[in-house]
Amino acid sequence: MSTIEIRDVSVRIMHAEILIGVSLDVPSGEWLALIGPNGAGKTTILRAIAGLTPFDGTIRLDGADVARMTAKQRARTVAIVPQRPVLPPPMTVFEYVLLGRTPYIRYFDTETANDLAVARDALARLDIAPFADRQLGSLSGGEQQRVVLARALAQQAPILLLDEGTSALDIGSQQQVLELVEDMRLSDGFTVVSPMHDLTLAGQFAHTLALISRGRVIIVGGPDEVLTVEMIREHYGAEVRVMQDGEGLVVSPVRAARVRR
Amino acid sequence: MLGLFVGPVHLGPLDVFKKLISVLPFVRDTSHLTATQEAILMQLRLPRVVLAGLVGATLSFSGAAYQGAFRNPLADPYLLGAAAGAGLGATMVIVFTHAATASNLIPVAAFAGALVAVALAYAMGRAGGAGRTATSLVLAGIAVMSFLTAVQTYLQQRKSDTLREVYGWILGRLSTAGWHDVLLILPYITIGGAVILAHRRLLDVLALGDEEADALGVNTRRVRLIVVIAASLSTAAAVAVSGLIGFVGIIVPHIIRLIAGTSYRVILPLCFAFGAAFLILADLLGRTMIAPAELPIGVVTAFFGAPFFAIVLRNSRKMI
Repeated sequence: MSTIEIRDVSVRIMHAEILIGVSLDVPSGEWLALIGPNGAGKTTILRAIAGLTPFDGTIRLDGADVARMTAKQRARTVAIVPQRPVLPPPMTVFEYVLLGRTPYIRYFDTETANDLAVARDALARLDIAPFADRQLGSLSGGEQQRVVLARALAQQAPILLLDEGTSALDIGSQQQVLELVEDMRLSDGFTVVSPMHDLTLAGQFAHTLALISRGRVIIVGGPDEVLTVEMIREHYGAEVRVMQDGEGLVVSPVRAARVRR
Repeated sequence: MLGLFVGPVHLGPLDVFKKLISVLPFVRDTSHLTATQEAILMQLRLPRVVLAGLVGATLSFSGAAYQGAFRNPLADPYLLGAAAGAGLGATMVIVFTHAATASNLIPVAAFAGALVAVALAYAMGRAGGAGRTATSLVLAGIAVMSFLTAVQTYLQQRKSDTLREVYGWILGRLSTAGWHDVLLILPYITIGGAVILAHRRLLDVLALGDEEADALGVNTRRVRLIVVIAASLSTAAAVAVSGLIGFVGIIVPHIIRLIAGTSYRVILPLCFAFGAAFLILADLLGRTMIAPAELPIGVVTAFFGAPFFAIVLRNSRKMI
Protein backbone atom coordinates (compact mmCIF):
# COMPACT_ATOMS: atom_id res chain seq x y z
CA MET A 1 0.00 0.00 0.00
CA SER A 2 1.49 3.28 -1.04
CA THR A 3 0.42 6.78 -1.82
CA ILE A 4 1.95 8.90 -4.57
CA GLU A 5 2.23 12.63 -4.13
CA ILE A 6 3.44 14.68 -7.09
CA ARG A 7 4.00 18.38 -6.42
CA ASP A 8 4.76 20.96 -9.06
CA VAL A 9 6.98 18.67 -11.12
CA SER A 10 8.66 20.04 -14.24
CA VAL A 11 10.94 18.19 -16.63
CA ARG A 12 13.09 19.81 -19.25
CA ILE A 13 15.03 17.76 -21.76
CA MET A 14 17.51 19.75 -23.83
CA HIS A 15 15.47 22.94 -24.18
CA ALA A 16 12.08 21.36 -24.56
CA GLU A 17 9.70 21.56 -21.64
CA ILE A 18 8.21 18.11 -21.36
CA LEU A 19 6.30 18.60 -18.11
CA ILE A 20 5.20 21.91 -16.64
CA GLY A 21 4.13 22.16 -13.00
CA VAL A 22 2.43 18.79 -12.76
CA SER A 23 0.71 18.00 -9.46
CA LEU A 24 -1.16 14.76 -8.89
CA ASP A 25 -2.20 12.61 -5.94
CA VAL A 26 -2.84 8.90 -6.04
CA PRO A 27 -4.31 7.41 -2.87
CA SER A 28 -3.04 4.04 -1.79
CA GLY A 29 -4.52 1.10 -3.69
CA GLU A 30 -6.12 3.24 -6.41
CA TRP A 31 -5.75 3.14 -10.18
CA LEU A 32 -4.95 6.40 -11.93
CA ALA A 33 -5.13 6.49 -15.72
CA LEU A 34 -3.14 9.14 -17.55
CA ILE A 35 -4.82 10.06 -20.80
CA GLY A 36 -3.88 12.55 -23.46
CA PRO A 37 -2.53 12.71 -26.98
CA ASN A 38 0.81 11.25 -28.06
CA GLY A 39 3.75 13.25 -26.78
CA ALA A 40 1.74 14.90 -24.01
CA GLY A 41 4.24 13.75 -21.35
CA LYS A 42 2.44 10.71 -19.89
CA THR A 43 5.44 8.39 -20.03
CA THR A 44 7.68 11.13 -18.63
CA ILE A 45 5.46 11.29 -15.54
CA LEU A 46 6.06 7.58 -15.02
CA ARG A 47 9.79 7.99 -15.52
CA ALA A 48 9.87 10.80 -12.97
CA ILE A 49 8.00 8.68 -10.40
CA ALA A 50 10.51 5.87 -10.93
CA GLY A 51 13.41 8.29 -10.60
CA LEU A 52 14.61 7.61 -14.14
CA THR A 53 14.64 11.23 -15.24
CA PRO A 54 15.82 14.33 -13.38
CA PHE A 55 13.01 16.75 -12.47
CA ASP A 56 12.23 19.94 -10.54
CA GLY A 57 9.63 19.76 -7.79
CA THR A 58 8.96 16.91 -5.41
CA ILE A 59 7.57 13.42 -5.67
CA ARG A 60 6.84 11.52 -2.47
CA LEU A 61 6.09 7.84 -2.29
CA ASP A 62 4.43 7.05 1.04
CA GLY A 63 5.93 10.29 2.31
CA ALA A 64 9.49 9.47 1.21
CA ASP A 65 11.17 11.82 -1.25
CA VAL A 66 12.03 9.97 -4.47
CA ALA A 67 15.07 12.15 -5.11
CA ARG A 68 16.60 11.05 -1.79
CA MET A 69 15.97 7.34 -2.17
CA THR A 70 18.74 5.02 -3.29
CA ALA A 71 18.25 3.21 -6.59
CA LYS A 72 17.52 -0.01 -4.72
CA GLN A 73 14.98 1.56 -2.38
CA ARG A 74 13.20 3.01 -5.38
CA ALA A 75 13.23 -0.32 -7.18
CA ARG A 76 11.67 -1.96 -4.12
CA THR A 77 8.90 0.66 -4.11
CA VAL A 78 8.14 1.14 -7.80
CA ALA A 79 7.86 -1.50 -10.50
CA ILE A 80 7.63 -0.43 -14.14
CA VAL A 81 6.07 -2.36 -16.96
CA PRO A 82 7.67 -0.54 -19.90
CA GLN A 83 5.95 0.38 -23.11
CA ARG A 84 8.37 -1.70 -25.15
CA PRO A 85 10.11 -4.04 -22.75
CA VAL A 86 13.44 -5.51 -23.80
CA LEU A 87 12.99 -9.26 -24.00
CA PRO A 88 16.27 -10.95 -24.96
CA PRO A 89 14.94 -13.73 -27.22
CA PRO A 90 17.09 -16.62 -25.95
CA MET A 91 16.49 -15.86 -22.25
CA THR A 92 14.09 -18.24 -20.51
CA VAL A 93 10.87 -17.05 -18.87
CA PHE A 94 12.07 -18.05 -15.42
CA GLU A 95 15.43 -16.31 -15.81
CA TYR A 96 13.59 -13.17 -16.88
CA VAL A 97 11.07 -13.19 -14.03
CA LEU A 98 13.88 -13.82 -11.56
CA LEU A 99 15.49 -10.53 -12.67
CA GLY A 100 12.61 -8.85 -10.83
CA ARG A 101 14.37 -9.85 -7.60
CA THR A 102 17.43 -7.73 -8.47
CA PRO A 103 16.71 -4.92 -5.97
CA TYR A 104 16.76 -7.42 -3.10
CA ILE A 105 20.09 -9.04 -3.90
CA ARG A 106 23.30 -7.57 -2.54
CA TYR A 107 26.03 -6.62 -5.00
CA PHE A 108 28.05 -9.82 -5.09
CA ASP A 109 25.33 -12.18 -3.87
CA THR A 110 23.08 -14.51 -5.81
CA GLU A 111 19.39 -15.28 -5.37
CA THR A 112 18.25 -16.91 -2.15
CA ALA A 113 15.72 -19.73 -1.91
CA ASN A 114 13.19 -17.05 -1.05
CA ASP A 115 13.88 -15.16 -4.28
CA LEU A 116 13.36 -18.33 -6.29
CA ALA A 117 10.12 -19.02 -4.43
CA VAL A 118 8.80 -15.51 -5.07
CA ALA A 119 9.60 -15.80 -8.77
CA ARG A 120 7.90 -19.19 -8.99
CA ASP A 121 4.87 -17.81 -7.19
CA ALA A 122 4.68 -14.90 -9.65
CA LEU A 123 4.71 -17.35 -12.56
CA ALA A 124 1.96 -19.41 -10.97
CA ARG A 125 -0.23 -16.42 -10.27
CA LEU A 126 -0.10 -15.28 -13.88
CA ASP A 127 -0.73 -18.81 -15.13
CA ILE A 128 2.57 -19.05 -16.95
CA ALA A 129 4.27 -21.67 -14.76
CA PRO A 130 4.23 -24.21 -17.63
CA PHE A 131 6.23 -21.71 -19.73
CA ALA A 132 9.04 -21.37 -17.19
CA ASP A 133 11.68 -22.94 -19.43
CA ARG A 134 10.47 -21.50 -22.73
CA GLN A 135 12.58 -18.84 -24.42
CA LEU A 136 11.18 -15.32 -24.51
CA GLY A 137 11.51 -15.20 -28.30
CA SER A 138 9.04 -18.06 -28.70
CA LEU A 139 6.15 -16.35 -26.89
CA SER A 140 3.15 -14.54 -28.38
CA GLY A 141 2.49 -10.88 -27.61
CA GLY A 142 -0.08 -11.66 -24.92
CA GLU A 143 2.19 -14.24 -23.30
CA GLN A 144 5.09 -11.80 -23.31
CA GLN A 145 2.94 -9.20 -21.57
CA ARG A 146 2.14 -11.72 -18.83
CA VAL A 147 5.81 -12.52 -18.41
CA VAL A 148 6.64 -8.84 -18.00
CA LEU A 149 3.83 -8.52 -15.43
CA ALA A 150 5.22 -11.56 -13.61
CA ARG A 151 8.59 -9.85 -13.37
CA ALA A 152 6.93 -6.76 -11.92
CA LEU A 153 5.04 -8.96 -9.47
CA ALA A 154 8.27 -10.66 -8.40
CA GLN A 155 9.65 -7.22 -7.68
CA GLN A 156 7.14 -6.94 -4.78
CA ALA A 157 6.93 -3.18 -5.14
CA PRO A 158 3.69 -1.61 -3.92
CA ILE A 159 3.49 0.85 -6.81
CA LEU A 160 2.96 -0.46 -10.33
CA LEU A 161 3.57 1.83 -13.28
CA LEU A 162 1.97 0.23 -16.30
CA ASP A 163 3.01 1.87 -19.54
CA GLU A 164 0.80 1.13 -22.49
CA GLY A 165 2.28 -2.18 -23.48
CA THR A 166 -1.27 -3.31 -24.03
CA SER A 167 -1.96 -1.09 -27.03
CA ALA A 168 -0.23 -3.51 -29.39
CA LEU A 169 -2.35 -6.43 -28.21
CA ASP A 170 -5.62 -7.68 -29.64
CA ILE A 171 -8.75 -6.76 -27.73
CA GLY A 172 -8.96 -10.10 -25.91
CA SER A 173 -5.34 -10.12 -24.70
CA GLN A 174 -5.65 -6.47 -23.77
CA GLN A 175 -8.65 -7.16 -21.60
CA GLN A 176 -6.95 -10.16 -19.99
CA VAL A 177 -3.86 -8.19 -19.07
CA LEU A 178 -5.89 -5.36 -17.56
CA GLU A 179 -7.99 -7.83 -15.59
CA LEU A 180 -4.80 -9.42 -14.28
CA VAL A 181 -3.55 -6.02 -13.14
CA GLU A 182 -6.91 -5.39 -11.49
CA ASP A 183 -6.65 -8.74 -9.67
CA MET A 184 -3.16 -7.87 -8.51
CA ARG A 185 -4.37 -4.49 -7.32
CA LEU A 186 -7.26 -5.98 -5.35
CA SER A 187 -5.30 -8.84 -3.78
CA ASP A 188 -2.01 -7.09 -3.05
CA GLY A 189 -3.18 -3.51 -2.73
CA PHE A 190 -1.03 -2.18 -5.60
CA THR A 191 -1.27 1.48 -6.42
CA VAL A 192 -1.45 1.62 -10.22
CA VAL A 193 -0.57 4.50 -12.53
CA SER A 194 -1.01 3.81 -16.20
CA PRO A 195 -1.07 5.89 -19.36
CA MET A 196 -3.93 4.61 -21.52
CA HIS A 197 -4.89 5.26 -25.10
CA ASP A 198 -8.17 3.40 -25.14
CA LEU A 199 -10.48 5.84 -23.37
CA THR A 200 -13.30 3.33 -22.92
CA LEU A 201 -10.95 0.90 -21.14
CA ALA A 202 -9.51 3.79 -19.11
CA GLY A 203 -13.03 4.63 -17.93
CA GLN A 204 -13.71 0.99 -17.07
CA PHE A 205 -10.57 0.24 -15.05
CA ALA A 206 -9.36 3.48 -13.47
CA HIS A 207 -10.89 5.23 -10.48
CA THR A 208 -9.46 8.53 -11.52
CA LEU A 209 -8.40 9.91 -14.91
CA ALA A 210 -5.93 12.71 -15.44
CA LEU A 211 -5.94 14.39 -18.84
CA ILE A 212 -2.42 15.51 -19.76
CA SER A 213 -1.84 17.78 -22.72
CA ARG A 214 1.35 19.55 -23.76
CA GLY A 215 3.03 18.80 -20.45
CA ARG A 216 0.26 20.12 -18.23
CA VAL A 217 -2.48 18.52 -16.22
CA ILE A 218 -5.74 19.75 -17.72
CA ILE A 219 -8.28 18.04 -15.51
CA VAL A 220 -8.37 15.29 -12.91
CA GLY A 221 -11.52 13.46 -11.98
CA GLY A 222 -13.81 10.50 -12.49
CA PRO A 223 -14.68 9.26 -16.00
CA ASP A 224 -17.85 11.40 -16.08
CA GLU A 225 -15.93 14.61 -15.55
CA VAL A 226 -12.96 13.92 -17.81
CA LEU A 227 -14.35 11.95 -20.73
CA THR A 228 -16.48 14.63 -22.33
CA VAL A 229 -16.95 15.35 -25.99
CA GLU A 230 -15.51 18.85 -25.54
CA MET A 231 -12.38 17.76 -23.67
CA ILE A 232 -11.58 15.11 -26.24
CA ARG A 233 -12.21 17.46 -29.14
CA GLU A 234 -10.00 20.16 -27.69
CA HIS A 235 -7.04 18.01 -26.65
CA TYR A 236 -7.08 15.08 -29.05
CA GLY A 237 -8.57 16.92 -32.04
CA ALA A 238 -11.01 14.04 -32.38
CA GLU A 239 -14.75 13.89 -32.88
CA VAL A 240 -16.31 11.34 -30.55
CA ARG A 241 -19.61 10.34 -29.05
CA VAL A 242 -19.65 9.52 -25.34
CA MET A 243 -22.37 7.08 -24.43
CA GLN A 244 -23.51 5.69 -21.14
CA ASP A 245 -24.08 1.99 -20.97
CA GLY A 246 -24.77 -0.16 -17.91
CA GLU A 247 -21.12 -0.51 -16.90
CA GLY A 248 -19.66 2.87 -17.67
CA LEU A 249 -18.87 5.27 -20.45
CA VAL A 250 -18.21 4.27 -24.02
CA VAL A 251 -16.09 6.61 -26.11
CA SER A 252 -16.70 6.00 -29.76
CA PRO A 253 -15.17 7.84 -32.71
CA VAL A 254 -17.52 9.62 -35.05
CA ARG A 255 -16.91 9.69 -38.77
CA ALA A 256 -17.63 13.32 -39.59
CA ALA A 257 -17.59 14.97 -42.99
CA ARG A 258 -15.41 17.72 -41.55
CA VAL A 259 -13.68 17.68 -38.22
CA ARG A 260 -13.67 21.13 -36.65
CA ARG A 261 -10.95 22.08 -34.22
CA MET B 1 47.14 -32.92 -22.82
CA LEU B 2 47.66 -33.65 -26.46
CA GLY B 3 49.75 -30.52 -26.69
CA LEU B 4 52.33 -32.09 -24.42
CA PHE B 5 52.92 -35.27 -26.43
CA VAL B 6 53.18 -33.85 -29.88
CA GLY B 7 56.26 -31.96 -30.93
CA PRO B 8 59.50 -32.14 -32.86
CA VAL B 9 60.95 -34.39 -30.19
CA HIS B 10 58.87 -37.46 -29.56
CA LEU B 11 57.85 -38.09 -25.98
CA GLY B 12 55.81 -41.12 -24.98
CA PRO B 13 52.35 -40.28 -23.60
CA LEU B 14 52.74 -42.67 -20.70
CA ASP B 15 56.07 -41.18 -19.66
CA VAL B 16 54.68 -37.67 -19.86
CA PHE B 17 51.78 -38.64 -17.66
CA LYS B 18 54.05 -40.30 -15.12
CA LYS B 19 56.34 -37.33 -15.04
CA LEU B 20 53.46 -34.93 -14.51
CA ILE B 21 51.98 -36.75 -11.58
CA SER B 22 55.43 -37.15 -10.07
CA VAL B 23 55.26 -33.45 -9.28
CA LEU B 24 52.54 -34.28 -6.81
CA PRO B 25 53.77 -35.26 -3.35
CA PHE B 26 54.13 -38.96 -2.47
CA VAL B 27 54.22 -40.07 -6.10
CA ARG B 28 57.49 -41.57 -7.26
CA ASP B 29 58.86 -40.68 -10.64
CA THR B 30 58.59 -43.90 -12.63
CA SER B 31 58.87 -42.38 -16.09
CA HIS B 32 61.72 -43.27 -18.41
CA LEU B 33 62.48 -39.82 -19.76
CA THR B 34 66.01 -38.68 -20.32
CA ALA B 35 67.15 -35.40 -18.81
CA THR B 36 66.77 -33.69 -22.19
CA GLN B 37 63.29 -35.00 -22.66
CA GLU B 38 62.38 -33.92 -19.18
CA ALA B 39 63.67 -30.42 -19.85
CA ILE B 40 61.71 -30.22 -23.08
CA LEU B 41 58.56 -31.25 -21.29
CA MET B 42 58.84 -29.17 -18.14
CA GLN B 43 60.57 -26.08 -19.48
CA LEU B 44 59.26 -25.80 -23.03
CA ARG B 45 56.04 -27.65 -23.66
CA LEU B 46 54.32 -27.43 -20.32
CA PRO B 47 54.68 -23.66 -19.91
CA ARG B 48 53.60 -23.20 -23.50
CA VAL B 49 50.45 -25.24 -23.02
CA VAL B 50 49.68 -23.58 -19.70
CA LEU B 51 50.17 -20.16 -21.24
CA ALA B 52 48.03 -20.97 -24.26
CA GLY B 53 45.30 -22.15 -21.89
CA LEU B 54 45.53 -19.00 -19.78
CA VAL B 55 45.48 -16.71 -22.80
CA GLY B 56 42.59 -18.60 -24.38
CA ALA B 57 40.57 -18.48 -21.16
CA THR B 58 41.31 -14.78 -20.75
CA LEU B 59 40.41 -13.75 -24.28
CA SER B 60 37.20 -15.78 -24.04
CA PHE B 61 35.87 -14.40 -20.78
CA SER B 62 36.97 -10.89 -21.70
CA GLY B 63 35.05 -11.24 -24.94
CA ALA B 64 31.97 -12.45 -23.08
CA ALA B 65 32.35 -9.57 -20.62
CA TYR B 66 32.60 -6.97 -23.41
CA GLN B 67 29.57 -8.51 -25.10
CA GLY B 68 27.57 -8.26 -21.89
CA ALA B 69 28.72 -4.78 -20.92
CA PHE B 70 28.05 -3.29 -24.35
CA ARG B 71 25.03 -5.52 -25.05
CA ASN B 72 26.70 -6.28 -28.31
CA PRO B 73 27.18 -9.78 -29.69
CA LEU B 74 30.01 -8.61 -31.94
CA ALA B 75 32.18 -7.14 -29.19
CA ASP B 76 35.54 -8.84 -28.95
CA PRO B 77 38.88 -7.78 -27.46
CA TYR B 78 40.36 -7.82 -30.96
CA LEU B 79 37.56 -6.05 -32.83
CA LEU B 80 37.11 -3.36 -30.18
CA GLY B 81 40.70 -2.34 -30.72
CA ALA B 82 41.66 -3.33 -27.17
CA ALA B 83 44.20 -5.81 -28.44
CA ALA B 84 45.65 -3.29 -30.90
CA GLY B 85 45.86 -0.68 -28.13
CA ALA B 86 47.63 -3.16 -25.92
CA GLY B 87 49.87 -3.99 -28.88
CA LEU B 88 50.82 -0.35 -29.37
CA GLY B 89 51.57 0.01 -25.67
CA ALA B 90 53.76 -3.06 -25.78
CA THR B 91 55.54 -1.96 -28.94
CA MET B 92 56.35 1.39 -27.42
CA VAL B 93 57.96 -0.39 -24.52
CA ILE B 94 59.96 -2.70 -26.77
CA VAL B 95 61.11 0.15 -28.98
CA PHE B 96 61.87 2.81 -26.40
CA THR B 97 63.25 0.93 -23.42
CA HIS B 98 66.05 -1.46 -22.70
CA ALA B 99 65.30 -5.09 -23.16
CA ALA B 100 66.00 -5.78 -19.51
CA THR B 101 63.21 -3.60 -18.14
CA ALA B 102 60.85 -4.24 -21.01
CA SER B 103 59.19 -7.48 -20.02
CA ASN B 104 57.87 -6.14 -16.73
CA LEU B 105 56.66 -2.88 -18.23
CA ILE B 106 54.84 -4.50 -21.13
CA PRO B 107 51.67 -5.53 -19.23
CA VAL B 108 51.25 -2.06 -17.73
CA ALA B 109 51.74 -0.28 -21.04
CA ALA B 110 49.48 -2.80 -22.74
CA PHE B 111 46.75 -2.18 -20.16
CA ALA B 112 46.89 1.57 -20.66
CA GLY B 113 46.79 1.10 -24.43
CA ALA B 114 43.84 -1.27 -24.23
CA LEU B 115 41.78 1.06 -22.03
CA VAL B 116 42.40 4.05 -24.28
CA ALA B 117 41.45 2.00 -27.34
CA VAL B 118 38.17 0.71 -25.86
CA ALA B 119 37.22 4.17 -24.61
CA LEU B 120 37.89 5.59 -28.08
CA ALA B 121 35.94 2.87 -29.84
CA TYR B 122 32.98 3.21 -27.49
CA ALA B 123 32.89 7.00 -27.75
CA MET B 124 33.14 6.84 -31.52
CA GLY B 125 30.52 4.13 -31.78
CA ARG B 126 28.09 6.19 -29.71
CA ALA B 127 28.70 9.38 -31.61
CA GLY B 128 28.48 7.69 -34.99
CA GLY B 129 25.47 5.45 -34.63
CA ALA B 130 22.57 7.22 -32.99
CA GLY B 131 20.92 3.91 -32.26
CA ARG B 132 24.15 2.47 -30.91
CA THR B 133 23.71 -0.55 -33.09
CA ALA B 134 25.95 -3.55 -32.84
CA THR B 135 27.71 -2.78 -36.08
CA SER B 136 28.52 0.87 -35.36
CA LEU B 137 30.56 -0.16 -32.33
CA VAL B 138 32.49 -2.70 -34.36
CA LEU B 139 33.10 -0.21 -37.17
CA ALA B 140 34.44 2.26 -34.65
CA GLY B 141 36.59 -0.47 -33.14
CA ILE B 142 38.05 -1.31 -36.52
CA ALA B 143 38.81 2.35 -37.21
CA VAL B 144 40.58 2.60 -33.85
CA MET B 145 42.39 -0.66 -34.51
CA SER B 146 43.62 0.50 -37.92
CA PHE B 147 44.84 3.79 -36.55
CA LEU B 148 46.66 2.24 -33.62
CA THR B 149 48.18 -0.42 -35.86
CA ALA B 150 49.39 2.31 -38.21
CA VAL B 151 51.10 4.14 -35.37
CA GLN B 152 52.58 0.88 -34.23
CA THR B 153 53.90 0.01 -37.68
CA TYR B 154 55.48 3.45 -37.95
CA LEU B 155 57.24 2.95 -34.64
CA GLN B 156 58.50 -0.49 -35.48
CA GLN B 157 59.83 0.53 -38.91
CA ARG B 158 61.66 3.51 -37.51
CA LYS B 159 63.56 1.31 -35.14
CA SER B 160 64.48 -1.49 -37.46
CA ASP B 161 66.81 -3.14 -34.96
CA THR B 162 63.82 -4.29 -32.93
CA LEU B 163 61.72 -5.04 -35.99
CA ARG B 164 61.99 -8.79 -35.83
CA GLU B 165 61.16 -8.89 -32.16
CA VAL B 166 58.09 -6.73 -32.58
CA TYR B 167 56.91 -8.49 -35.69
CA GLY B 168 57.15 -11.94 -34.23
CA TRP B 169 55.27 -10.69 -31.23
CA ILE B 170 52.43 -9.15 -33.25
CA LEU B 171 51.56 -12.35 -35.05
CA GLY B 172 51.12 -14.08 -31.78
CA ARG B 173 53.84 -16.12 -30.30
CA LEU B 174 53.58 -18.68 -27.67
CA SER B 175 56.68 -20.41 -28.97
CA THR B 176 59.18 -18.64 -26.74
CA ALA B 177 56.97 -18.87 -23.69
CA GLY B 178 58.50 -19.81 -20.39
CA TRP B 179 57.33 -20.00 -16.83
CA HIS B 180 58.25 -16.36 -16.27
CA ASP B 181 55.56 -15.36 -18.81
CA VAL B 182 52.98 -17.37 -16.94
CA LEU B 183 53.97 -15.78 -13.64
CA LEU B 184 54.05 -12.32 -15.20
CA ILE B 185 50.43 -12.31 -16.32
CA LEU B 186 48.85 -14.56 -13.71
CA PRO B 187 48.10 -11.78 -11.19
CA TYR B 188 46.46 -9.51 -13.79
CA ILE B 189 44.36 -12.29 -15.20
CA THR B 190 43.32 -13.54 -11.78
CA ILE B 191 42.17 -10.10 -10.69
CA GLY B 192 40.41 -9.33 -13.98
CA GLY B 193 38.74 -12.73 -14.08
CA ALA B 194 37.60 -12.56 -10.47
CA VAL B 195 36.07 -9.10 -10.93
CA ILE B 196 34.22 -10.15 -14.07
CA LEU B 197 33.01 -13.36 -12.50
CA ALA B 198 31.71 -11.41 -9.50
CA HIS B 199 29.56 -9.33 -11.87
CA ARG B 200 28.04 -12.24 -13.75
CA ARG B 201 24.57 -11.77 -12.24
CA LEU B 202 24.59 -8.04 -12.96
CA LEU B 203 25.63 -8.69 -16.57
CA ASP B 204 22.40 -10.66 -16.91
CA VAL B 205 20.44 -7.63 -15.65
CA LEU B 206 22.21 -5.38 -18.17
CA ALA B 207 20.73 -7.55 -20.92
CA LEU B 208 17.44 -5.68 -20.31
CA GLY B 209 18.95 -2.39 -21.39
CA ASP B 210 19.99 0.58 -19.31
CA GLU B 211 16.56 1.98 -18.60
CA GLU B 212 15.10 -1.24 -17.25
CA ALA B 213 18.26 -2.20 -15.39
CA ASP B 214 18.21 1.25 -13.76
CA ALA B 215 14.56 0.71 -12.83
CA LEU B 216 15.64 -2.50 -11.09
CA GLY B 217 18.04 -0.51 -8.94
CA VAL B 218 21.27 -1.32 -10.79
CA ASN B 219 23.84 1.40 -11.36
CA THR B 220 24.39 0.50 -14.99
CA ARG B 221 27.18 2.98 -15.65
CA ARG B 222 29.24 1.78 -12.73
CA VAL B 223 28.78 -1.88 -13.55
CA ARG B 224 29.71 -1.30 -17.20
CA LEU B 225 32.79 0.73 -16.28
CA ILE B 226 34.08 -1.86 -13.80
CA VAL B 227 33.52 -4.77 -16.15
CA VAL B 228 35.13 -3.03 -19.12
CA ILE B 229 38.19 -2.07 -17.05
CA ALA B 230 38.55 -5.62 -15.76
CA ALA B 231 38.16 -7.09 -19.25
CA SER B 232 40.71 -4.65 -20.66
CA LEU B 233 43.16 -5.45 -17.88
CA SER B 234 42.90 -9.16 -18.61
CA THR B 235 43.09 -8.66 -22.35
CA ALA B 236 46.15 -6.48 -22.02
CA ALA B 237 47.92 -9.05 -19.88
CA ALA B 238 47.12 -11.81 -22.37
CA VAL B 239 48.22 -9.69 -25.32
CA ALA B 240 51.42 -8.71 -23.54
CA VAL B 241 52.69 -12.28 -23.58
CA SER B 242 50.97 -13.71 -26.60
CA GLY B 243 50.66 -10.99 -29.20
CA LEU B 244 47.54 -10.31 -31.21
CA ILE B 245 45.29 -13.33 -31.32
CA GLY B 246 41.92 -12.50 -32.81
CA PHE B 247 38.42 -13.93 -32.71
CA VAL B 248 38.85 -16.20 -29.68
CA GLY B 249 36.66 -13.80 -27.68
CA ILE B 250 33.88 -14.18 -30.20
CA ILE B 251 34.05 -17.84 -31.12
CA VAL B 252 34.18 -19.32 -27.66
CA PRO B 253 31.38 -17.36 -25.92
CA HIS B 254 29.04 -17.84 -28.87
CA ILE B 255 29.59 -21.57 -29.04
CA ILE B 256 28.89 -21.73 -25.32
CA ARG B 257 25.72 -19.68 -25.81
CA LEU B 258 24.51 -22.14 -28.40
CA ILE B 259 25.10 -25.05 -26.05
CA ALA B 260 24.36 -23.69 -22.61
CA GLY B 261 22.06 -20.68 -22.93
CA THR B 262 22.53 -16.96 -22.47
CA SER B 263 23.01 -16.48 -18.75
CA TYR B 264 26.42 -15.05 -17.96
CA ARG B 265 26.51 -17.16 -14.83
CA VAL B 266 26.87 -20.19 -17.05
CA ILE B 267 28.80 -18.57 -19.88
CA LEU B 268 31.63 -17.01 -17.89
CA PRO B 269 32.81 -20.11 -15.98
CA LEU B 270 32.54 -22.22 -19.13
CA CYS B 271 34.63 -19.63 -20.99
CA PHE B 272 37.59 -20.48 -18.78
CA ALA B 273 37.49 -24.16 -19.68
CA PHE B 274 36.49 -23.92 -23.34
CA GLY B 275 38.70 -20.92 -24.07
CA ALA B 276 41.72 -22.69 -22.62
CA ALA B 277 41.02 -25.87 -24.57
CA PHE B 278 40.36 -23.94 -27.78
CA LEU B 279 43.61 -22.05 -27.77
CA ILE B 280 45.71 -25.04 -26.76
CA LEU B 281 44.21 -26.85 -29.73
CA ALA B 282 44.80 -23.88 -32.05
CA ASP B 283 48.41 -23.71 -30.89
CA LEU B 284 48.79 -27.41 -31.53
CA LEU B 285 47.48 -26.97 -35.07
CA GLY B 286 49.78 -24.00 -35.57
CA ARG B 287 52.90 -25.92 -34.75
CA THR B 288 52.04 -29.19 -36.48
CA MET B 289 50.38 -28.24 -39.76
CA ILE B 290 53.53 -27.15 -41.53
CA ALA B 291 56.03 -28.79 -39.18
CA PRO B 292 58.87 -28.30 -38.50
CA ALA B 293 58.05 -24.63 -39.19
CA GLU B 294 55.40 -22.97 -37.06
CA LEU B 295 52.32 -21.12 -38.17
CA PRO B 296 51.63 -18.08 -35.92
CA ILE B 297 48.67 -18.88 -33.71
CA GLY B 298 46.91 -15.65 -34.73
CA VAL B 299 46.76 -17.03 -38.26
CA VAL B 300 45.05 -20.21 -37.05
CA THR B 301 42.40 -18.41 -34.99
CA ALA B 302 41.70 -15.94 -37.78
CA PHE B 303 41.33 -18.78 -40.25
CA PHE B 304 38.54 -20.30 -38.19
CA GLY B 305 37.33 -17.10 -36.58
CA ALA B 306 36.61 -14.91 -39.57
CA PRO B 307 34.04 -17.25 -41.17
CA PHE B 308 32.51 -17.76 -37.75
CA PHE B 309 32.27 -14.00 -37.29
CA ALA B 310 30.31 -13.77 -40.52
CA ILE B 311 27.78 -16.23 -39.15
CA VAL B 312 27.45 -14.32 -35.87
CA LEU B 313 27.02 -11.09 -37.81
CA ARG B 314 24.20 -12.65 -39.78
CA ASN B 315 22.44 -13.82 -36.65
CA SER B 316 23.28 -10.84 -34.49
CA ARG B 317 19.74 -9.49 -34.61
CA LYS B 318 18.47 -12.65 -33.03
CA MET B 319 21.06 -12.87 -30.28
CA ILE B 320 21.34 -10.91 -27.00
